[in-house]
Parts: sequence; structure tokens; C-alpha cells
Amino acid sequence: MTTTTAPAAGAVAPRQHAPVRRPSLLRLTAVELRKLVDTRAGRWLLITIGLITAVIVTLQLIYARDAEQTFVNFFTPSLLPIGVLLPVLGILSITSEWSQRTALTTYALVPRRERVVVAKLIAVVLTSLASVLASLAVAAAGTLVASATGGAGTWQIDASLILNAVILQVTGVLMGAAFGLLLLNPPLAIVGYLLLPTLWGVLGEVVRPLRGPSEWLDTSKTMEPLFSSDAVTGEQWGRMAVSLLVWMVLPLAAGLVRTLRREVS
Amino acid sequence: MITVQNLTKRYGPHPAVDDVSFQCEPGTVTGFLGPNGAGKSTTMRMICGLTAPTAGRATVSGHAYRELPNPGREVGVLLDASAQHAGRTGREALTLSAYTMGLDRREVAAKLDLVGLNAVAAKRRVRAYSLGMRQRLGLAQALLGDPRVLILDEPANGLDPEGIFWMRGLLRDFADRGGTVLLSSHLLREVEAVADRLVVIGGGRIVAQGNKDELLAGGGTLVRARDGAALRRALDAAGLTAADSPDGLLVQADAEAVGQAAADAGVALAELRPADGGGLEQLFLTLTAGESTKEAVR
Ligand SMILES: Nc1ncnc2c1ncn2[C@@H]1O[C@H](COP(=O)(O)OP(=O)(O)O)[C@@H](O)[C@H]1O
Ligand SMILES: [Mg+2]
Repeated sequence: MTTTTAPAAGAVAPRQHAPVRRPSLLRLTAVELRKLVDTRAGRWLLITIGLITAVIVTLQLIYARDAEQTFVNFFTPSLLPIGVLLPVLGILSITSEWSQRTALTTYALVPRRERVVVAKLIAVVLTSLASVLASLAVAAAGTLVASATGGAGTWQIDASLILNAVILQVTGVLMGAAFGLLLLNPPLAIVGYLLLPTLWGVLGEVVRPLRGPSEWLDTSKTMEPLFSSDAVTGEQWGRMAVSLLVWMVLPLAAGLVRTLRREVS
Repeated sequence: MITVQNLTKRYGPHPAVDDVSFQCEPGTVTGFLGPNGAGKSTTMRMICGLTAPTAGRATVSGHAYRELPNPGREVGVLLDASAQHAGRTGREALTLSAYTMGLDRREVAAKLDLVGLNAVAAKRRVRAYSLGMRQRLGLAQALLGDPRVLILDEPANGLDPEGIFWMRGLLRDFADRGGTVLLSSHLLREVEAVADRLVVIGGGRIVAQGNKDELLAGGGTLVRARDGAALRRALDAAGLTAADSPDGLLVQADAEAVGQAAADAGVALAELRPADGGGLEQLFLTLTAGESTKEAVR
């Protein structure tokens, strides 16, 4: 398997090179994007996200009533399952460095760890934006097919709906990343992410005094208005902001501190 | 150039590294020697900014590691060959590093070639690599940015004898061209052949450091004669202290002085040579015996 070669003369000579520059954030982001797709697990997660969109639209073309085969109806149903998978991508992007122990190499090459973390956050946000584009593209394809096969094929969509979809997916992937940063362990972070915010919902149902806070803290409730066709009200935005502060901003901040301090071994 | 000043690391009350200071000069290979759990890896992690020291500081080429703008171009690091993503191919692992450092992609192929990982091996996932292949991959990664300093933690682990011989040549060559090498091992024999200097650590403390030849020569001279009693009288007369050893008498003096003493007394010698490994080997055995009970978990 391995062949032993005598070191070629000069090949390991410590060269004097031009003053070296630190890697730009753009470069680090490109590296992190590449890490999302260069393993089987990452590739399959992304392929699954794409497949879900395609499968949902196909099923609708087959089973939905003709009048319901509209662009909006093709677009919205895929948001939810993708919204579950994207945070997992965010979690794995952060935690696999620790579970696979590549943090040793990553942080030896970029000892300013916060730059790596920021590059990872940019990379997963770009991915979630791409997922919305993919949802839009597949919905468009579905609409074209629908109008050719007797479906409604209506194109009309509110810009706010697209904006809501972007908010949903971007906050979801960031929430996942935040849990990854804080817990630094893939299974723990995934379970924590899926369980903790939902736990509020359950507690809110069961424990009467918690019902009030749960309206503000259960992300599955606070994010709900994003799916509806009605305009989101000021209070609804407020609840969303509070729940995101608790489940996204705070874990991001605490997780960043933990990641910066943690011993890499 | 690596400078370590009073580095200390405590995990709980237990100091893993205790006030460690040493320097590695350009053009030299420094062997960092100590039994398992002595604190070698912890010291190296602190040098590389991966573990925050409790006290003390370390610099590489005059800068704290974290202040190096693009560390991979200045210092090649191999701390744990197993710390690779099992699902990436060897080539992909190097490509990520090359891209991070801003290197030409051709460097990846060149370094894979240099460490003897052929095209087939490079395309396989690291999961399928033997420890020896992972060490080679790790070495390729360390050499990727053409650094002037190398920091290698137990790089000989998992290499076959031929691989170890090859690596020695590579490190010797690197140092002879002005590079600085710090490599650790828990086996004296492993670093003895390549190191110029030795830093010996036990229980987190430096117990000996200096030129390899001086440290190894510290063992004194071994001398043997058919008439052992006459030899001992001769040495006594010359004021040299001699101790019994299975191979003859162990004298704390150089061979010339011992030979002269024997000649002056007219004693015929059967053997006269520097005691091998000597003091260092003895010291190392003592360390290992003392430490083996708290064999490192990591
Ligand atoms: N992260 C850690 N937490 C607690 N103890 C540690 C940690 N890392 C190392 N140690 C302890 O510090 C001591 C030195 O370990 P190490 O530096 O790995 O030694 P070596 O590399 O010489 O075998 C050991 O007793 C080890 O158990
Ligand atoms: Mg070690």
C-alpha cells in the first residue's frame, strides 16, 4: 500500500516564502461549504433535502385536486420537512469537528477559532438560502407541469411568503448551529435542539401558569404565523424575536464562548 | 525556533505539566522524551494554542502561536494521526488544509508522493487507513505549507521499522536545511538516532535536558580486566570511583583517564568503552517505573 521513497532533495527544505497573509473569511467560508459536501453523510443530507422537495411536488401533481395545483401550494409544504433537516446540517457542521476530532487540524491552521465559527455560520446560512431557491425552482417546475396537465398552474405568490420562508430556514439552521456550538456533541445537540423548545409547548399545555411564557418561548408556536397567508402582526414578530433570542441568540453567544475556551485534543 | 517558558497546566489539583522551559533552535532536532502520561502531548498542545496554559508561555518563531497569521506556513503540526475525519479521503483531508492555507493544489499531490501514499491510497477514505498510513498522512499535512518548524507528537507510532528509518531521514534532512524539529516519543531508542538535543520529562517536570551526546555520555566508562581486583586497585590509586556492573566496572570518567590509570598500574584491559545509554537510560527506566502506575488514559 505504502511505498517508501527517499525524501527527494529539497522537497522538505524549509523555504523562505513571501510574507504570509491570514486566510480571508471568504476562503474559510469556501472551505466550510466544501466540508458540507465532501463526506457521504453531508452529501446525503443535502440530496435528501432536494429529494423531499421533488417528492412532495410530484405527489401533489398526482393526488392534489386540479384547483389546488398552484405555485404557492407546491412551495409551502416542503418548507417544514426541510426546516427539520437544515438544523441537523447546522448541528453537524459544528459538532463533527469534535466528534471526528478534525478540530485539532482546523484550529491548528486557524487558531482564531471565532473566524472558523463565523465561516461555518455563513456557510450554513448560504445553504439554507439555497434550499429556499431549490424549493422555489421545484415549485416552478411543478407549476409548469400542472398547467400543461390541466391543473390550476397559478403563479401568484406574495413576496412576504418567500421572505417568511427565508426567515424560517435561516433561523432554523442558525438555531441548530447554536445548539451544536453549545453542546459540541452531535447526538446531544440534535436531541437538545428537537426537544428543548418543544418541551415548552408540552409544559405550556400541562402546567397552567406556564401557558403564558410558552406563548413566547415555544418556537413551534411563535414561528407558526410564518406559514399562514395572513400578514404577521407586530405582536407575532415580538414573540418570534423573544423565542429566537432565547433559543438562537443566547445559545450562539454561550456556545461561541465555550468553543473559544475549550481544550482541543 | 520554539521557545517554551515556565509552561504549567493543571487539571484539577494535579499538574499535568509543571514549570516546563526549553528551547528548540533552527537546524536541530529536539527529542521530547518521557513515559506515557509525562505531559508531552499537553505541552505540545499548549505550544500550538490548542490548550490554554495555567501559567507560562510559548512562542514559535518569536510569536505566540495564536498570533501567527497563517500558522500552517510557519509550523507544521502533527499531534494525533487518528484525528482525521474517517469519511474523507486522504487527498480530500489535505486539499481542505491546502485551501485553508492558500496553497497551490499541486502541493497536495507533491506531499502525498513525498510521504509515500500512492494514488490508490490517496483516494481511499481515512477509515480504511492503517495507523502507519495515518501517520504518513499526518506528516504530509504537517509538511504541506513548507513550514520552517515541525512539531510532531509520537510520529513513529504505527510505522514499521522501514517507515521509522525513512522518517528519521526526512527529519534529519529538514533540520540540516535549517528547520527546527520538536518530536516526542516514549522510547529513548526511537529518538536517540535522530535527535541532536533531548528534553526529558517525567511527571510533568523536566528531569534532564541538553545535548544528546553529553546526556548519553553521562553514563561514564565501562572497563573490564581479567584481574578485576588489580583493576579496582589501579582505579582507586588514580582517584577514580568505580562501581560494579554486570559487564565490568562502571567509572565516572572518560575512557582516556581510565586507560591511563590501568596502564600506569600495568593492568591489561579486556574491554574499555563508553557505557551505553548509561545515565540517561537509567534515568529513563527510573521514570518509567515510577510513572507506570499512573499510565496515561489519553
Ligand atoms: N484534558 C485533560 N483532562 C484531564 N487530564 C488530562 C487531560 N489531558 C491530559 N491529562 C493528564 O495529564 C497528564 C499528561 O498527559 P499527556 O500530556 O497526554 O502525557 P504524554 O503525552 O506524555 O503521554 C496525564 O496524567 C493525563 O491523564
Ligand atoms: Mg501523548
